[in-house]
Formats: sequence, structure tokens, C-alpha cells
Amino acid sequence: MSDNWLYIGMFMIISAFLPAAAITIAGILSPKKPDKIKNSIYECGMETVGETWIQFKAQYYVYALVFLVFDVETVFLYPWAMAYNQLSLYAVVEAIIFILILLGGLLYAWRKGALEWL
Amino acid sequence: MTPMHIVFLVVAVVTLFAAGMVVTTRRMMHSALWLILALMGVAVVFAMLDASFFAVVQVLVYIGAIAILIIFAIMLTRGVMEISGPQVNKGWWLPAVGVVVLFLGIVVGLSQWGGFDTLLPALPADANNIALFGQALTSPDSYVIPFEVASILLLAALMGAIYLGTEGRRGKK
Amino acid sequence: MNFLSDPVPFLTDWLNGLLAGWGLSIGLVHFISYIIGGGILATAAMLLVLFLIWLERKLIGRIQDRLGPNRVGPFGLFQTLADMLKIFIKEHITPEGADRVPYELGPVLSVAAVLMVWAVLPFTRTTMGTDLSVGLLFIFAVGSIGELAVILAGWGSNNKYALLGAFRAVALLISYSIPMLIVLLVPVMLAGSLRLNDLVQAQNVWYIVLAPVPALIFFISSVAEVGRSPFDLTEAESEIVSGFNIEYSGLKFGMFYVADFLHAFTISLIFSTIFLGGWRGPAAEQIPILGFVYYLVKTSVVYFLVVLMRGTLPRLRIDQMNNLNWKFLTPFSLLSVIVFALADKILPNSLTLGRVLVLLAANALILAAMVGGMNWFSAHRRRPVVVTRRRHEIASHKDVSA
Repeated sequence: MSDNWLYIGMFMIISAFLPAAAITIAGILSPKKPDKIKNSIYECGMETVGETWIQFKAQYYVYALVFLVFDVETVFLYPWAMAYNQLSLYAVVEAIIFILILLGGLLYAWRKGALEWL
Repeated sequence: MTPMHIVFLVVAVVTLFAAGMVVTTRRMMHSALWLILALMGVAVVFAMLDASFFAVVQVLVYIGAIAILIIFAIMLTRGVMEISGPQVNKGWWLPAVGVVVLFLGIVVGLSQWGGFDTLLPALPADANNIALFGQALTSPDSYVIPFEVASILLLAALMGAIYLGTEGRRGKK
Repeated sequence: MNFLSDPVPFLTDWLNGLLAGWGLSIGLVHFISYIIGGGILATAAMLLVLFLIWLERKLIGRIQDRLGPNRVGPFGLFQTLADMLKIFIKEHITPEGADRVPYELGPVLSVAAVLMVWAVLPFTRTTMGTDLSVGLLFIFAVGSIGELAVILAGWGSNNKYALLGAFRAVALLISYSIPMLIVLLVPVMLAGSLRLNDLVQAQNVWYIVLAPVPALIFFISSVAEVGRSPFDLTEAESEIVSGFNIEYSGLKFGMFYVADFLHAFTISLIFSTIFLGGWRGPAAEQIPILGFVYYLVKTSVVYFLVVLMRGTLPRLRIDQMNNLNWKFLTPFSLLSVIVFALADKILPNSLTLGRVLVLLAANALILAAMVGGMNWFSAHRRRPVVVTRRRHEIASHKDVSA
């Protein structure tokens, strides 16, 4: 394993350890007086009725899906962008066709109203 | 045992445990969270193999997009908050026996394969690999056709998802 | 190299020599120096937040024509310390029925996601955490862990509003990732590498000059990613009862706050690395410590812009934010990638000045298209029809609709 990833792994552990240590110290220093009213769920000052379930809009799912498609497209384009300086015009045109097809998809989503926040 | 062996063992055990918990835990949301841990384990394995681009793309696409999509999809079901009963059905020992037999058969078969001993040529230092990958993706005698077909596939997925996602609105019109 | 011009590699070599002199193997020596270096970097970043919070409060105060904190310590410098001491000793109230592991992990992962970006940023020509070959994508991969932290926090709170706020926040975060990722293809095209140090060293002309429109799109998307005004819908106190961090108290809430401020500074660092030339400046090659000074100056300018945006612009509504992203930023980021790819390939780029002018012309084209698009959009938007009653009709109780 190259040294780079070892450093990243160490840094990940350290950067997770620092806030965890701070929160633990604060947990030791702070008073602990659990109280039924204090621990109840906040709902603008009223009691919570029924279990915690919300009407989840399908719109969130459509956003996540459109995001996924564009994320995968971008991942395909990054190697092309890295090789850009050595590529011929032909390869650049091919990648532009790729982008245009997905731009067409975005336009389709726009016209179908999938991007409206309802 | 080099340190790399130890790290790999730890990561492999964590990934397999998380994958097991995905299918056996009782709450759907916990299932999604264990899946995220398993995907992270796979990303760490990629990093250990020096496939930096794929490690980063694994986190970016799988954890950043697909796991979030799965969590949103879970939230769309009504049973997300409930504990959904025992996760095994009555006759679970028969498939378990079948799986163990199959696994032993695969292990015995693979242990006699000679391919594990041949070392593949080591790739050059991975500074240039992604650029070579990019050139391969768009050069006419290499992978350009799959590249374009992939974009059409993504377009089809996008259109299908929008069709399914805006079903409620279309019904009203 | 001597200590004055290049302190960090000098100290690193001295430490490595010392540890090797004690008889440890090379791998272990590197391991220990990585731990120490990483620890110092992470601690410095966390301590920087104390200064940043004070700076922001002073700046916002001045923008709003008031003084900001000035009682605790000279110029109010110890105000943040006093606030941190207060937050440290506040009780951690755990809501009943909260899912413990996601609830505790939320703030930790939120801060960790921002801190990890500091591992790949080039501070000088020779000093950086690690020169990862996919540094640029690493920054965004770590950002997706931050989005995950928001979901964990919202889910672990066992609160309807926290969950709703968390999902709205994540929907916005993932939406604004797309223009950011797409528009960063342009600097990668210009530099030909994903390593951040290579990106800095390839900027003989700053990329904000060669690619102003991608820089603008990247800046707007970054500010939205951080969740700052004018995009702070998901965490403002008057919106959806303060969002996903409502059930957090004490230092756990403080950690979200720390992550917010650190993230704002981190995007200023990233912006000045990619578009403003990072540590480059006169004599930065020979005297690396000067590079660090230039880097700080550039980052401070960008950070000041971010705080200025916070202090002056009103908050956007959620549908306005989504429209801005999907109908404005994403198509134009795709368009700018296409225009750049064509412009840089068709015209020969051997002359530096010619290339700069050609790319500036291409950017001007995209900017004209953007302004045209905005004008068309606001002209064609349906405006609500307002029916007004004239005063004499009101006085005589006449029915206007007749």
C-alpha cells in the first residue's frame, strides 16, 4: 500500500478521534440530570402524538436518482478530462456527444416537471 | 504476517460482518447503515490495492449516491420505523446446509487452480493510469462504443426513473 | 534547505533522523511521523475555528453597522473561548427513543468529513499532508461522508422535524454537488492531473483568469454545499425549527457549528487552490514559506467574500434553490465544459496570451448565454395577478368583481 493511503487512513482515525475525544470530555464535565420532560422529543412545545413517521415525498427520490445519473456521468468524464491534453479532436467530439446525450436527459426531466419542488 | 496482512484481515472481517448484518438486522434503516459500512470496507480494499481512482469513486458514487438513494427508497415504505419480525423462516437449516456444501465445493475446486500462483505484471506507478484509462475510453479502436452506449444506458435509466417517479402527478392530469 | 525558508520538511527530516537514530525501522519511523504530522494538522485546523468564529462575528457586526464582540479580552478575541467553555459544560440531553449509534456518530462524522480535506491541500511547494494522486476527487468523496452525517443526525434524533430537515438538507447537498463536480472538469482539463499540487504548479496563469465562469459556478455551488447564507435554509432557526440538529445540545451541537465554520474556510482554501493559484506567487518556488503566506492571503480574500455574502444576501426559498441548481447551474456547467473542450482543442494553444484571450472569449460567450437565460426566465415567469380595489369602490362597498 502506498504511503499516501496510509497517511489518509491515519488522518481519518485522528480526525474522527479528535471530535469524539472532545465530546467525551464534555460528557464527563457536564451535569447529568435526565428528566422526563427534558428528554421528550421537541415538537414546537406540544406532546408528540403517534409514532415518528412522516409523509415522505417521492420528489426526494427523483432528485436522488437524477443526482445518481449525473454523478455516474461525471465519473466517466474525469478520466477523459485527465487525458485531454493528449487527445485528438475526434476523442473530444465523442465526449461532447456523451455530454449532449445527458444534457438531453436533463432537458427531458425539466420538461416532464421532474425537477419541480412540490 | 506483515502489517498489510493484518489490516486486510481486519477490513475483510468488518466488511463480511456488515454484509451479514445487512440481511439479518430487524430494522430497515439499520440495514442501510450496515450496507454503508460494507461499501466503505470495499473502498478500503481498493485503496490497499493502490487503485486510488476506484477507491475514491466507490465512496463518491456508492456511498454518496447509491446509499442515499437506498435510504430515500426505504423512507418511502411505511414499515421503516417498525421492527419487522424475525428475519429467518422456519426451514432455514436446509438452505444453510446447501450453502455450506456449495461453498466447500468452490473452495476445494479453487484450491486446485493454478492461477493464484502466477503473478500478473505490476502496473506502473498510478500517476499515469487514469490518463491512459481516459485515452482508452475515447479512442476508436478501444472502448469508445461502450462509452457511448453507457451514456445511452444512463439516459434510459433517467427516463425510466422519471416516468416512475412522476406517476402520481400524471395520474392526476 | 534551512529552517527559515522551509520549516516543515526541515523539522520532518530532523525528526526522522532522530527516530532512526534510536534504532527504529524505516516503516515505523514514517508511521510515527505521519501520526505526529496528521495530529498537528488536525489540531491546528480545530484551533483555527476559534479564531474564525471571532472573525466572522466581528465582520458580520461591521457589515450590520455594529461592533461585534468587544468585551471579553482585547477586541473580544477571547469571546469564542468563553463560548466554548460554556458549551463544554452544558448537559447532553439525549431524546428518548433516540437511536444511540447514529445519534452519537452524526456530529463526529460531520467534523471528520471536513477535517479530512485538510490532508490533501498543498500549503507550500513542499508541505502538504499527502500528495494523493486523486486528490481532487478525494475532496468530494469526503464531502459525501458529510452528507451521510446529516442523515445519521436526522435519523438518530427520533424527531419528525429533524428527519424532515435532514432529508431536505441532503437533497440540497446532493443537488449542488453536481455543478461542482462537472465544472471542476475544466481545471482538470487545463492541468491534466487530479493531484492538487500539480493543479497549483500548472497555474502559470491563474485559472480564474482562464476560466472565470467555471470559477463562478464552483463558488456558488460551494457556498450552497456549506449551507451558508443565502443557502442556509436547512439550518436557520426560523426554518423548520432549526433542522436536523434540533435534538442536540452541548458540545454535540457545538461540533456541528465547528463543522460549519471549518467547512466555510475549507471551501475558501479549495477555491484558492484550484482557481487562484494556491501557494504560487513571486519567489514562492525558492522560499516555500512565502508560498504559505500567499495562500493565506488568497484564502482570506475568498473567506471575506463568503462572509460578505452571508451578511448581505437574503435567504432563498427551497424551490428557488432547486430551480437555481437544476435549471441554471447544471446546464451551464455542462455547456461550459463543452465550450472549453472545443475552444482549447480547435485553436492552437502554443501562445500563452492568445490562449488566454481565446478562453476569455469562450467564457464571455457562456456568460452572455447565462445572462440571456436569466432575462428570458424572469420575463416569462408567470406573475401572480393582483387585484386592487380603488378607494372609492371600497368606500361605497362596491363589488369589484362585478
